[in-house]
Amino acid sequence: MSSPLQREDVARVARLARLTLTEAELDLFTSQLGQVLEHANDMSALNLDDVEPTAHPFGLINVFRRDVVRPSLDRDVLLSQAPDAESGRFAVPRILGEAP
Amino acid sequence: MKSAQTIANDVRDGSSSAVAELQRSLARIAERNDELNVFLYVDVEGATAAASAIDERRSRGEDVGPLAGVPIALKDNLCQIGIPTTCSSKILEGWRPPYSATIVDRLIAAGAVPVGKTNLDEFAMGSSTENSAFGPTRNPLDPSRVPGGSSGGSAAAVAADMTSISIGSDTGGSIRQPAALCGLVGMKPTYGLVSRYGLIAFSSSLDQIGPFAKTVGDAALLLEVIAGHDPLDATSLPEPAPSLVAHVNDGMAGKRVGLVRELYEGADESVVASVRAAAEALREAGCEIVELSIPELRLGLSAYYLIAPAEASSNLARYDGVRFGRRVDGEDVTAMMEATRTAGFGAEVKRRIMLGTYALSAGYYDAYYGQALKVRTLTIQAFARAYAQVDLLLGATTPGVAFKFGEKSNDPMAMYLNDVFTIPTNLAGDPAVSVPFGRGEENLPIGVQLLGPPRSEAQLFAAARVLEIADGRA
Amino acid sequence: MTTLTNGWEIVVGLEVHTELLTHSKLFCGCENHFGSEPNTNVCPVCLGLPGSLPVLNEQAVELAMRIGMALHCTIAPSTFHRKNYFYPDQSKDYQISQYDLPINSNGYLDLPDGSRVGIERAHMEEDTGKTTHLGGSGRLAGADRSLVDYNRCGVPLVEIVSAPDIRSSAQARAYAAELRGILIATGASDGRMEEGSMRIDANVSVRQANAPYGTRCEIKNLNSLRSLQRAIDYEALRQVELLEEGGTVRQETRHWDEDRGETSTLRVKEDAEDYRYFRDPDLVDLAPSQQWQDAVRAALPAMPAERRAALIATITQPSDAQRDAIEVVIDLGLEHYVHSAVAAGADAATAISRVANEIAADLEHVANLSPAAFSATVLMEQSGALSATQAKTVLGELLEHGGDNPQAIAAAKGFEQLSADSLGATVASLIDAHPDEWGRYREGDDKLAQFFIGQVMKSTKGQANGKAVIAELQARRQGRSQD
Ligand SMILES: [Mg+2]
Ligand SMILES: [Zn+2]
Repeated sequence: MSSPLQREDVARVARLARLTLTEAELDLFTSQLGQVLEHANDMSALNLDDVEPTAHPFGLINVFRRDVVRPSLDRDVLLSQAPDAESGRFAVPRILGEAP
Repeated sequence: MKSAQTIANDVRDGSSSAVAELQRSLARIAERNDELNVFLYVDVEGATAAASAIDERRSRGEDVGPLAGVPIALKDNLCQIGIPTTCSSKILEGWRPPYSATIVDRLIAAGAVPVGKTNLDEFAMGSSTENSAFGPTRNPLDPSRVPGGSSGGSAAAVAADMTSISIGSDTGGSIRQPAALCGLVGMKPTYGLVSRYGLIAFSSSLDQIGPFAKTVGDAALLLEVIAGHDPLDATSLPEPAPSLVAHVNDGMAGKRVGLVRELYEGADESVVASVRAAAEALREAGCEIVELSIPELRLGLSAYYLIAPAEASSNLARYDGVRFGRRVDGEDVTAMMEATRTAGFGAEVKRRIMLGTYALSAGYYDAYYGQALKVRTLTIQAFARAYAQVDLLLGATTPGVAFKFGEKSNDPMAMYLNDVFTIPTNLAGDPAVSVPFGRGEENLPIGVQLLGPPRSEAQLFAAARVLEIADGRA
Repeated sequence: MTTLTNGWEIVVGLEVHTELLTHSKLFCGCENHFGSEPNTNVCPVCLGLPGSLPVLNEQAVELAMRIGMALHCTIAPSTFHRKNYFYPDQSKDYQISQYDLPINSNGYLDLPDGSRVGIERAHMEEDTGKTTHLGGSGRLAGADRSLVDYNRCGVPLVEIVSAPDIRSSAQARAYAAELRGILIATGASDGRMEEGSMRIDANVSVRQANAPYGTRCEIKNLNSLRSLQRAIDYEALRQVELLEEGGTVRQETRHWDEDRGETSTLRVKEDAEDYRYFRDPDLVDLAPSQQWQDAVRAALPAMPAERRAALIATITQPSDAQRDAIEVVIDLGLEHYVHSAVAAGADAATAISRVANEIAADLEHVANLSPAAFSATVLMEQSGALSATQAKTVLGELLEHGGDNPQAIAAAKGFEQLSADSLGATVASLIDAHPDEWGRYREGDDKLAQFFIGQVMKSTKGQANGKAVIAELQARRQGRSQD
C-alpha cells in the first residue's frame, strides 16, 4: 500500500503548525512522514469498530483543586524572560486578524 | 564510584561530607564533560551552597534525608527554579524557569544535591541524543557510539561516574533504552506514580519520570524519594510512594515470569541469548518461566508514532516567541511565530510536530489518531490478559547494543524501530525496568527488560536484583 | 424592532460566554479578578510555561452545574479537549474547552412572553488574555504593535449555546436578559456586560417561513442588549437585501460597529480553522456524583421566572408599568423588601413601586436599609401618616444613614400627620373659598377632588395625605346631602 501523504498535505500541515519549509525539506519530509504512515498501515487496516479508544492509561475521574487563591508569580521576573515587553505587558508585532 | 546509598550513609554518619562528595563529582565532570558532552549546565555555585547547607545541618544533628549529600544529574527537560532549562532546543536557549518541578523539590528535601542539567534529544524526541541542538552526548563506554536517548545525558552521567544516580524521562523507552546501552539500571514507573509537574511535556499521556543508577538498590531508593501523589498533577495516582528499598531483596521464588516472543524476536543474537540467560537465571531463583506470545504488541510502534507526535504537536505550540525563550522577528505576529519556530526547532521535532498535526487534522483523525487510541486499548487488554497468567514479563530492552554515531540518524524509521520493545508499556501505562545482563559485540552491555502490571515496581526491582546478582555485579 | 417583509423570517441562535464567580482561575490558583495591574494574576499554569499542568477548580464545576440545572439541562459525564490554534492572547496556543461531551446539554429557557428557547449545551472552558493595540487608532486594524495581559487567561467560562429557536431581535434581547437574570440568580456570574463578564455572539440567518435554514453569519462585539437587538435587525435586513438582489449570503464572522450601526466582515469561514480537537491528556474525566448533583440542586435558589410569578401574584391585574417595576425588582434581586412589606400588611403595589424607584435609585446604599424599616415606612404611607413625597424622603434618609425607626425620621423632618381636626378645618375653609368648585363636586364631578387635593397640599406644604383629603371631601358631601 502506498502512503496517502502528498506534498501539499505536508505544506498544509506546516502552515497549521506555524513552520516554514524549504522546497528540499518539503520533499524530504513528505517521503519520511510517508514512511511512518506506511508503517501505520498495519494498524489502520484493522477493523476496530468495537474497540473503545483509550486517551489515558488509567481511568481516574474527578480530580480537583479547591477554589483557593495561591500567590501569583512576580511580574518583573516573568517579563525579564519575555522576548519583548512594555508597560507590564508582553509585546508582539502587529496582529493581522481577530482570534477565531 | 560509591553508590548513592553508600554516599548518603557516609554523609549521614559523618565519615564523608556533602561538599567532599560534590567535589568528587565536579572533578569527574571537569575531567570528562568536554569529551562526552553530558552536562549542558553545571550549577557549581548552587550545588556547593546546597552541599554546605547539608553538612551544616548534619553538624547540628538534623536528619538530612535518605539522599543526604548525593550529587544527582537532572535531564534538561526538568524545571529547576533559576537554572537554565533548554530541552536541548535552541527555542528555549536562555530560559530560566521561575519555578521547580515537584520532583526537584522532593529530591532537595531528601538531601540530594542537583549538580546540573544533562543533554537529551531535543524535547526528548529521539533514541540516540544525536537530536540535541547542543551536540550529541557520547557513550562513556565507547565514545564512538551513542549513549541512547532521549535521556542519553543522564545515562552517560552515571556511566561516566559523574554522579551515582540521575533522573530521566521515558515516553517510549527514553530511560530504559539508554540504561541498556550504557550498562545501567533504568526504570519507567507506572504512569502517574511520579508527578509530571515541571517536566516539560513531550507526550503527556506517555511521559513518565524515572531513575538511572548503577545498582538496583540505588534505583529503588531514588524512585522511592520522587514517587507519590502530587496535587499539582491531575494525572498523578492518588496514593503515597510505595515502599521499594525494603523489598529489593525479596527474591522471586514461586513467581511466574512470561518470556514474551514479541519482546525479543528480531533482536541481535547476543541480545536474544542474554534474554534467554536471564530467563534461566530467574528459573534458578525459583521462578516458573512461561513462554508467551502477545501479538498485539507488534502494533505498538505504529500507535506510538501517531499518539506521541499528536500530543507533542499541541504541547509544543506554546513555543511561539511571545512569553519566554527565543524569538525571531517577523512583520506580523504570525510571521514572527513562524520564523521563531522554524529557526528554533530541529528537524526531528519538526517532523514529529507535522506528523502529529496531520494525525489530528480534519479528515485524518479517525484513521490515524483515533485508530491509535483503539490500538492502545488493545495493548492494555493484551497486557492485562498476560498478567492474569504471570506475575512479570521478560524481554529485551533494545534490539542491539549501543550503535555508532550516524548509523541510524538519517533514517527516522530505522531509529524509531529501535524503540519497538519499550513502547508497549508506555502505551499501557505500566512499569518496566531495564537491567544489565550479559555482554554483546565489543563487550558492550546488553539490557534485559522486566515488565509488570500497574504498581508492580517493588516486584520489578526484586526481579532486577535477582538478575543483578546472577550477572555477577553484586 | 425592524419587521421583515415579503415573508422573510429571522433565525437567531445565541452563544453566550459568562465568566464564573470563582475566587481562583479554572486550572490554577491565580486570583480571578477584574481590573488588577496587568500580568499580576499569572503563574506557570495560566501563562503556559513549559512543564506546568492544569488542575480543575471544583467550584467552577459546581457553578457550571448550577447554570445547567437552572437551564433544565442534562448533567452528564464530560471531558476536556484542546482546541488548537495559534493566537498571542492564548498562552498555550490551545484552549482547554469541552467538545463532544459537555457537562450540560439539552436544556431550555422559558421567556416571560411564554416562548421557549432550546439550550443545546452549556460547557466549561478557559478565557483568553487581553490585547491592547498600539499605534493606528488603538484598534486591531492599523495597529503596529500589540501588548498582552494574561490576567484574564484561564478565568473559568461557561459557554451557553442556544438552539436556533429565536425569531426576532426582541426575542433575542428577551432571551439574553432572562439568561442574564438566571446567571446572576445562580450566583455563577455577575452578568456585567460592560466589564465583559457576559459576552454574546449572535448567529443570524434569514429564510422564507418554514424553508430550510439559510447561511448564517456570526456577529461579534455585542457589548449590550441594545447592541444585540440593533445588530440582529441590521444583519437580517442586510441578508434580505442581498438575497432579494439575487446574491448569496457568505458564511462569515462579522463585527458590529455600535457607532456606525452596521456589521462588517471580520473573517470568512472558507479559510476555516482546523482546530485539531483532542482529549487533553493532562486532565481526567469529569463525572459529578449523583450526591454532589443532588446537593447542588437542593441549594439552587429560585430563578427569575418563579420570583417574577410570585411578585405578579401579589397584584391583581398588574399594569404594564407595574410589570416593568416587577422586572426591575427581580433584576436587582430586591424582592425580599417587597415580600417583607407584604407580610407586614402593606400594599404590594406601593412596595414594588418604592423598591423599583427609590431603592433602585440608590443601590450603593442598599445595605443600610433593613426590610423592617422599609416595611414600616410603606405602612406609614399607606395609613396616611406619611404622604408619598414624605415616604420617599424617609426612604432616602434610611438609605443614606441606616436606622430602624422611620417614625423618628418623620418626626425629625417635621412630617407630623395633620390631625383629622386640622385637615377638616383646612378643607372647610377651602370649600368656603371655592364655592363653585365645591358645588360641581357636590353634583358628582369627582374630578374636582384633584383640585381640592392640590389646594390642600399647597396650604399644608405637602403634609397632607391625598387619600385622607378625598375621604374628608366624601364625608362632607355625604354629610351635606343627608342634611
Ligand atoms: Mg468557546
Ligand atoms: Zn495562574
